[in-house]
This record gives sequence, C-alpha cells and structure tokens, in this order.
Amino acid sequence: MNPVSPLFYYTLHLADNALVLGQRNAEWCGHGPVLEQDIAITNISLDLIGQARNLYAYAASMYNGFSEKEKESCEKQLPRTWKAFGRALEEDDLAFLREERQFLNVLITELPKGDWSMTVLRQFLFSAFQWQQYRALSSSPDAEIAAIAEKSLKEVSYHLRWSAEWVIRLGDGTEESRERIERSLQDIWMFTGEMFQAAEFELGEYAVDPSTLKQDWRDKVSEVFLEAGLTVPAADWAQSGGKKGVHTEYLGYLLAEMQYLQRTFPNATW
Amino acid sequence: MSTTSNDISTEEKIIWTILEEVKDPEVPVLSVVDLGIIRKVEVNDEQSPSSVKVTITPTYSGCPAMDVINMDIRLKLLEKGYKKIQIEQVLSPAWTTDWMTEEGKRKLKEFGIAPPNPKQQFCKEEMFAEEIVECPRCGSQNTRLVSLFGSTACKSMYQCKDCQEAFDYFKCH
Repeated sequence: MNPVSPLFYYTLHLADNALVLGQRNAEWCGHGPVLEQDIAITNISLDLIGQARNLYAYAASMYNGFSEKEKESCEKQLPRTWKAFGRALEEDDLAFLREERQFLNVLITELPKGDWSMTVLRQFLFSAFQWQQYRALSSSPDAEIAAIAEKSLKEVSYHLRWSAEWVIRLGDGTEESRERIERSLQDIWMFTGEMFQAAEFELGEYAVDPSTLKQDWRDKVSEVFLEAGLTVPAADWAQSGGKKGVHTEYLGYLLAEMQYLQRTFPNATW
Repeated sequence: MSTTSNDISTEEKIIWTILEEVKDPEVPVLSVVDLGIIRKVEVNDEQSPSSVKVTITPTYSGCPAMDVINMDIRLKLLEKGYKKIQIEQVLSPAWTTDWMTEEGKRKLKEFGIAPPNPKQQFCKEEMFAEEIVECPRCGSQNTRLVSLFGSTACKSMYQCKDCQEAFDYFKCH
C-alpha cells in the first residue's frame, strides 16, 4: 500500500481504531442503562480517545519530520482542508479533517452501537484483540509505538475485564438478555475476522502481524463464552475493507457528526 | 546540565517544592508531586535567565486534567519568576499508582477517597474478582464494588456495607 512510509499508515490505523470506537461508545453518554454503566462506557470512550490522541500526535510529528519524498508518499492520507492552512500537521487535523475513505480503522469499530448487548459484545471482541495487539507492541522496536502501547495496555485491561463480565452477565442472565446477545453475536461475528487479516502496513518490524494473535484471541473468547453459555460461531468468512479505507455506510454518518465543528469553523478552539 | 533524582541541585530542590503547590484539579488535596507524575526536573542556570524543564507522565491517556495540570505548572513557575519553562510529556515507563507518595495516600483518605492498594499484592485483573478496599470513612473492610469506572478515569465506585456510605476508590493502575 505504501512502501515508503508504512509506519505513518500503521500509526493512523491504530489511531483510527481507537478514535472511531471511542466516538461510537460516546453515543451512550446520558443514555446508559443505569448511571454507573453510562459512566463506565464513557470512561472507556475517554481512554480510547486519549490513546488516539497520542497516536495522532505521533503520526503528525512523524510527518512533519519527513523528507519530501516521504511526505509525497503520504499524500493520500492528508486532509485536503489542512493543505490550505499553510502550517505544520497537527493531531486534530488527522482526526477531524480526514475523509471517510482515508480512515483505516477495522469495520467492527464503526458499526452502530445497537442495544446494550451489541455494545458490550463488540467491546469485548475488540478489547480482547486490542489487548493482545498492545501487549505485543509494548516491545516494538519503535520506541514511541512501544510507549503508547505500554501505557494503553493498562487501560485496555480494565475494558476487557468489564466487557467480559457483561458478556457473561447477559449470556447467563435472563431469557431476554440471552436472546439479545445471541442475536448480536450473529450480526457481529463476520466483522471479527478482519482484525486478523494483515494489511501491508502491519508487516513491518515496528508492527505485530495480527494473524499471529488469532489463536490467543480465540482462546480468550472461548473461555468467556463458555462461562456465558454462548457458542463460538464456526463460520470463518469475514467482512473486510476498513484497512484499505473501504467502509460500511455507518462510518460517514459518524464522521459527519464528529467532524461537524472543525469543518464548519476550521481551526476553532475553545 | 542534567541531573537525576539522586543528584539534585539546590535550584532543582526549589522547583520540586514549588511543584508541591500545584494541585490535581480533580482531586485538589493531591499535589502533582504526591500523584507521582513528575518524572524529572532539570534546571539550566548556565543561561540567564535560567531555564527549567519539567518532565511529566500522564495518569491515563485520556485524562482531561493533564492539559490543565500542564498549564498550572507553567503558571506557578511564571508566578515564581521563572521565564524559560519547558514541559515535556513522556509515556514510558507508564505511570502507576505505586508512584503515589505515602503523604498523598494519607491526604486522599482524609478527603474521603480510598487510596490505591499496592499494585503487586492486590491489583486484580481477573473477572469478577474484588479487591479488599477499606472504607475511608469508617475503616471497615466490609465493602463492595459498585462499578469498575467512576467519576474520573482514575477511580472506581465502592460502597461500605457497614456504614452504607458510597465512596470513590483511586484504583490501582
């Protein structure tokens, strides 16, 4: 995809995963099933958005230090609006001014929040992956990626524990909660496989090849599903495209809402 | 001229003392020094005026208090007459509640927030595991976890089964 500056793409990919899921979860703010859980899911949002900030700030500083040739190779990922600003690239430009096809997040992060069962199940399936990914990246030869991963891993440990408990609570709960989480599982399962299909930018030595994380992820999912009384689906077919910028119809709406202010009032601060 | 905490110049000691006046905006009894987020203080007095560099590490990636803390440190140093101030953020090694000072833990408890348990002995990541957290009001250990996440990223919610009070626990991290 980009043989000149794959680390820039990789950093954006990690950042986009965190930002898009953070924004999606934030839709629960003021709408959670009970106050404590409203606070929990928005705390998870906050952690994810914080991780995204660190990653976007790193991507921006990397870009600003690039040679002309390297800069040229990132052209496709740069926000058009920013080019008119005539200043260095900043973290907010990458979050608030890139277009849908420039986002490299996996599709599972952009799916609608659905009901509570969908939200906690998606969080669990993604956190179980993100935990493996950050753990492996904590020893990345790229010092900045390693530092961000080490920091984020501690936060994701809490997300994983919280969401796993909810999967068990709903799977092993009432007839209705079980029915709902089973339906969510049917809907979401085909979006899990994409996490483990390595894009080219995930094959550098700074990265972790996600296909190597699949078995550990499956073990964790099986362990929690066993307690929840859920069956790990056998189907292996996966929806994909996110890492290439080809998204579901849901991402555009999410971005429209999230980016509205910066697009209407460029460089607004408050 | 860079020095580590083992070899602190008089000027650096002064800065550390000044930083004790900068409080966490969310938990105003705690100073940034109590929190353990100040990693290094360097003073270069070969230049005139001398320049100060403070290295800090965030508690949580998304903690909104960090931006305020950065600004408060800068303002406090300006107030004390320092003009060339640089604040740098480092992420590694990642902050842990084990860096909180004993004095900080005492102040937290007095404020009504249960201080973090030592990470190695007590911090639990297994599902449904509950740490024993002492009620900051009545001292009972008969408490229950209400929610893993609380009013700020660094806290979870507990309730004391003896005095029935709900309280924040500064969770170990």
